[in-house]
Amino acid sequence: MEITTRGLWTLIHGMGFGGLYLLACSGALVELWRRYAPGAEASATERDERFLRLYLLAMAALAWITVLTGTYKIYPWYRAVPPAGSDLAGFPQRLLMSSPDTIAWHSIGMEWKEHVAWLVPIAITMAAAVFFQYGRDLRRHPQVRNAVLCFAAVSFLAAGIAGFFGAMLVKNAPVSGGATIHLVEGGKQ
Amino acid sequence: MSTPTHTSSSAARAAIERPNGAGAAAILAAGIGCFFVAGFAILGDKSAFFNTLFNFSKPTGPLSGVTTCAIVAWLAVWAVLHACWRSRNAALTRVNAVAFTLLLLSLLLTFPPIADLF
Repeated sequence: MEITTRGLWTLIHGMGFGGLYLLACSGALVELWRRYAPGAEASATERDERFLRLYLLAMAALAWITVLTGTYKIYPWYRAVPPAGSDLAGFPQRLLMSSPDTIAWHSIGMEWKEHVAWLVPIAITMAAAVFFQYGRDLRRHPQVRNAVLCFAAVSFLAAGIAGFFGAMLVKNAPVSGGATIHLVEGGKQ
Repeated sequence: MSTPTHTSSSAARAAIERPNGAGAAAILAAGIGCFFVAGFAILGDKSAFFNTLFNFSKPTGPLSGVTTCAIVAWLAVWAVLHACWRSRNAALTRVNAVAFTLLLLSLLLTFPPIADLF
């Protein structure tokens, strides 16, 4: 069992940072919805407030790390131009564009993913900053809370779109190459 | 006993009186920032001039300039709005409406079949 360094980076970017962001997002939405509504039955304590501050901060950090590794580490490998006559297997964008059956994975999937993903850190950084500012006072500012909830929900949707296309792109034209890391030595059959 | 009561009631009053301006500035700036991402992406895609201009990092291509410019512009707008609104109440219904519209437009305009209409 082995993996290339580029494959490992793709895994860390998508299943690590991106996947963790999606999981965390659902938790933040529930918490903001339940505990910070005006007159919420399960109202937040100071400890809950401190926890959600750190939680949103971690989400913002995850969102930034995800888009930065995606844009500056993995995307250059994806869009690399192959030398004339070379095998397209190591050049995912060109491989997808070489067939009418797969070109839309690039022209729609990757083109949407690379831009829509950047809405996520903006939206969640705003949510974290507003929560840092207001904390439990959000209950007294329902419109501010609603805006934070909406932006967090859209960040979830945008991260979901980016994650879906990321997974489909990896299925159709994986980013691979670089040094090979041997994970487990296989036994003889 | 009187001091904690006084302190907590002061804190409660301060919380009630806390203006929504700082929140409104962050919300509107986020909507504008998202719109910058979509707008710059279309500019970079449709104009050869902007495509070259946005090529900040050669391996990443124009995406590097599109996103860097959008982030810088978002932070600048946020700083200005925060300075203007932090100590007062903003018309949040209008601010939210504009911010959500920009956010939804950003989602739509980053979708290639729609972006290609321009």
